[in-house]
Amino acid sequence: MNIQARPTRAEVEAAAALPETFTGDRALEVEEALLFEIGRPEATGVDIEEPAPFGSRLGPHGREKALDLPGLTEPEAVRHYVRLSRKNYAIDLGIYPLGSCTMKHNPRLNEKLARLPGFADVHPLQPETTAQGALEVIEALAKALMTMTGMSAVAMSPKAGAHGELCGMMAIKAAIEARGEAERRKVVLVPDSAHGTNPATAALLGFSVRAVAAGEDGVVSVEAVKNALAPDVAAIMLTNPNTCGLFERDIVGVAEAVHEAGAYFYCDGANFNAIVGKTKPGDLGVDAMHINLHKTFSTPHGGGGPGAGPVVLSKRLAPYAPVPFLKREGANLRLVEHAEGTQSFGRMTAFHGQMGMFVRALAFILSHGADGLKQASEDAVLSANYIRACLNDVMSAPFGDRVCMHEVLFDDRWLKDTGVTTLDFAKAMIDEGFHPMTVYFPLIVHGAMLIEPTESESKASLDLFIMTLRDLVFAVQAGKKERFLPAPVYAPRRRLDETRAARQPVLRWTRPSAL
Amino acid sequence: MRYLPLDAEEREVMLARIGVPDIEALFADIPVDKRTAELMDMPRAMGEMAVERKVAAIAGHSRPAGSMPFFLGAGVYKRHIPASVDHLIQRSEFLTSYTPYQPEIAQGTLQVLFEFQTQVAALTGMEVANASMYDGSTACGEAMLMAHRLTKRRKAILSGGLHPQYADVAATLAHMAGDAIVRLPPDVRAAEDIAAAIDGETSCVMVQSPDFFGNPRSLEPVAAAAHAKGALLVAVFTDPVSLSALRSPGEMDADIAVGEGQGIGNALSFGGPYVGLFATRTKYVRQMPGRLAGETVDADGRRSFVLTLSTREQHIRREKATSNICTNSGLCALAFSIHLTLLGEAGLKRLAAVNHANAVQLADRLAAIPGVEIVNPHFFNEFTMRTARPAAELIEDLASRGIIGGLPASRLLPDAGLDDCVIVASTEVNDDGDRAAYARALADSLRKKRA
Repeated sequence: MNIQARPTRAEVEAAAALPETFTGDRALEVEEALLFEIGRPEATGVDIEEPAPFGSRLGPHGREKALDLPGLTEPEAVRHYVRLSRKNYAIDLGIYPLGSCTMKHNPRLNEKLARLPGFADVHPLQPETTAQGALEVIEALAKALMTMTGMSAVAMSPKAGAHGELCGMMAIKAAIEARGEAERRKVVLVPDSAHGTNPATAALLGFSVRAVAAGEDGVVSVEAVKNALAPDVAAIMLTNPNTCGLFERDIVGVAEAVHEAGAYFYCDGANFNAIVGKTKPGDLGVDAMHINLHKTFSTPHGGGGPGAGPVVLSKRLAPYAPVPFLKREGANLRLVEHAEGTQSFGRMTAFHGQMGMFVRALAFILSHGADGLKQASEDAVLSANYIRACLNDVMSAPFGDRVCMHEVLFDDRWLKDTGVTTLDFAKAMIDEGFHPMTVYFPLIVHGAMLIEPTESESKASLDLFIMTLRDLVFAVQAGKKERFLPAPVYAPRRRLDETRAARQPVLRWTRPSAL
Repeated sequence: MRYLPLDAEEREVMLARIGVPDIEALFADIPVDKRTAELMDMPRAMGEMAVERKVAAIAGHSRPAGSMPFFLGAGVYKRHIPASVDHLIQRSEFLTSYTPYQPEIAQGTLQVLFEFQTQVAALTGMEVANASMYDGSTACGEAMLMAHRLTKRRKAILSGGLHPQYADVAATLAHMAGDAIVRLPPDVRAAEDIAAAIDGETSCVMVQSPDFFGNPRSLEPVAAAAHAKGALLVAVFTDPVSLSALRSPGEMDADIAVGEGQGIGNALSFGGPYVGLFATRTKYVRQMPGRLAGETVDADGRRSFVLTLSTREQHIRREKATSNICTNSGLCALAFSIHLTLLGEAGLKRLAAVNHANAVQLADRLAAIPGVEIVNPHFFNEFTMRTARPAAELIEDLASRGIIGGLPASRLLPDAGLDDCVIVASTEVNDDGDRAAYARALADSLRKKRA
C-alpha cells in the first residue's frame, strides 16, 4: 500500500492476472487514431451552402488539384480533440515545476476578458477612432510594465521572449550604429549559463559571442566581466535572476563596468517573476529587458505558445524602439506605424503585438495589484526555498547551501554510481503523477534539475511533492532501479525512441500505399 | 488574494523550516539600496467583479467588427469560427500545458502538431511543414533567412505585391544582419518584372499571391527565373482559405511557402496572437526554422510523437542555430487545426466559394457607382478600388456612417502615390444587406464630396 491507501500494481498483479480487453483500451485510458485515419474529405462539421451560380473572377489561377484534407462532423471532432487532450499533463492537473518556465495558475477571468468583442473582434487596421479600447489596454499595460521595471519606455510588439531579445538587441545595435561604432563593436558577452536563445539572438544580428564563465558561486563577478570587456564589446546579455536560480548580486557593478566600457546591458527577464515589487531593473542599470508575459503575468502557455515579449528600454535606448508605438493626442490614442522621420530601428512584426496576451496580462496585474504582485514574488521565492530546505539533505546543490530565488537547482552528484540518471529520476516522477522539473539545463551544471514551483502551489501540494521526491531519493539509495530504469510505466506512453525520430524523420502523415 | 494559496501562518512555518527570520532574508542578494519598498502609482488588489467591470468598460471603447458591415482584410480576415473551436482550445490539458518536452505525458499536443503539419503541407502543396511560427510576417522573415542559409547568398528580392508590413519586417531583419534587400515598388496591377531583378547574388524572391492588392499571381515564371540563377522562390499568402481556391505554392514550384494562418480558427484580436504557417521541400528540412513533431515508437512499440530534429534549434546549437526562435504558436495552431478539421475538404471548398462569390457580388455592386473603379481583373476575396475621393478620408467618412469599407492603401504605403486606393475584402460573414449598406454609403459619400 501507499499513501493513497491504494493497492500497488504488484499487489494487483499478484492477486489476479489482468485480463486483456478487446479494444486494447483500459477504461478511461483510450487510444486515439490520427485525424487522417478517421476523417473523410466529404465530412464536415460546418454547414455552408454552395453559393448560387456566379461568374468566377479567379481567371487562370483556380486550384484543380484535390487537397486531401479529411473532415469530421462536430461530434466526431469534439471527441477526437477531447480524447487527445487527455494525453497531456497540465497545470490544471498538478504542480508543473519546470524551472525557468514559470508554470503558474492561469486565471479564467483573463480568458473571459480576452474574448470580449471590444478586444477579440477588433481588426488591427480598423480606423484608430474605432479601436480606442484596444489601444487603451496597450497603454495601460505599457504603463504598468514601466512602473514595475522602473524603465523609460516599452516596445510592446515582440511576439515572444526570443523575439523580445531580438528587439532589445536590435535597439542596442541601432544605438551603436547611431554612435558610428558599428564597425568596431562586434562582440556580445554571454555567460555560459545563459539560455540558448541569447547566443542565437546575438549571432542572428551578426555579433560574435564571447562567453563569460560564472564563478564557483554560480554568479558572474565584476572581475570576470571586466576581463571580458574590450573596445569591441557592444553589449552583455545577462539573465537576472540567472538560470541557476540566483540573483546576480554584483549586477550593479557589472552594469557600471559595462557602461564605462561604452557597451549596453541587456537583461534577459525570463525570471522576472522572482523580483516584481522587490527591485526594479531600471535601478540596477539595465538598458533593455524583455518580459515574458506568459511567465510572469500568467498568459497560458498553450502547449508551446503563443507568448508575448514586450521589451522595456532605458532612456538611452528609447529613441530606437521599433514601430508601432502609441501616441496620445488629447482624448485619443494614435499609433505611429512608420519609422520614417524617427530614430526607430524599424518594424519587427506586422500589426501591433499580441493583443490577446495584453488583455490577460493586464487583468492579472489589476487582480493582484501592487500588493498582490509583491506577495506573488515572495511566495514564489518562499516556495522554492522551502523545497530547497526540505531536499538539500538528500540531493546535491551545485553552489552550496545558499538561498535561491524562485527556482532551486540541484545537480546529479548525489546520483553518482547509483545507475540512475537525472533523466531516469525525472521519468519516475511522471509515474508519481508529477510533471518533472527542467532537466539538463543550465548546461553548466552536470545533470541539472531546476525546480520552479511558482506561487500557485498550496503548502499541501508542496509537501506532497517534497515527500514524493524524498521517497524517490530513498528508492535510489536502496538500489531500487526498477522504479527508474523502465519509467514511466503508468503514462500514456513509455519512453520514446527519439533517435529513430531524428534519423528517419516522419514529419507528416502519408497515405499508406495500396497493397 | 484569490490566486495565492499560502496563508500567513503557513508562510511562517515555511520560513522557520528554511531557517530564516523573515522573507527579506531570502532577498538578501539584492543590494539594499536597490530594493523597492512599494510599487507606487499602482492600485491595490481587486476582486474579480471589479476587474471585470473595469476591463469590460475599456473594451466598450472599441467598435467590434461584428457590430457593423465589415469589409477590411489586408492580411487579417474576419471569419465565422465554430463554437466548438473555442471550447476545445480551452480544455485545461491544451491551454495550460507547456511545450511537449516530456513526450510521454504530452502526446495530445504532439499528435495535434503532427496533424497540423500534415494539414499545412496539404494546403500549401508542399512536402513538409513545421509546427508553426509567431505569425505570417515573422514566418516570412524567417523564410528569407532560411533562403540565405541554403544558397549562401545574402540578397533577397521582395515583390511590390508583398504586404508592406511583411516587407518592413524583412527589411529590418536584413538591415540588422547586414544583408542586402531589394524592394520593388508597390505594384497595384501585378505588372512588375521580377525576373529582371534576379541576378547571381540573389538568394530568393518573395512573392505574395493573392498579392496585397488582391491579385492572384502565377508564380511558375518567377520560379523558373529564380531557379535558373540558383535562387529560391518564397511564396507568401495572407489568407489560408485562398489556398483551397487558387493553385498552391507547391504546384507553382515554390521552394518555401509561408503565410498567415489567422484566417482559419483565430479571431481578429487586434493583430495577435496569430499563427505563422511555414512549409518547404523535404530536402531543405534541416535548414527550416521552428519546431517539428515527428513520428516514432515508444518502448512498447506503440506509435508515438516527439519533437525532433532539435539539433537545428537554439537550445542545442546556441549561436549556430537556424533561428533564435524558442516557442511556436501552439494554441493558435490547435485552433487552426480544429477549424480545418471541422471544415474538411468539402467544407473548405464551399467556404472559399462563398468568399469568392461575396467578393464578386460586392465588386460588381461597387463598380456600378459613378466614380468607382475596380482595379483587379482577377481576385479571390479581396480587390483594390479606386475612387475620386482620397481613400483615408473616405474610410473615415464611411466609419462615421457605421461601415468599415476597407484599408486605405496609404495607411501602410504613405508615399506611394496610392492615395485613391482602397483595399476591400469580403468573407462569408458579409450578406446582401451589408453589401447594400456599403454601396449606399459609398455612393452617398462620393456624391457629397462632389457637391
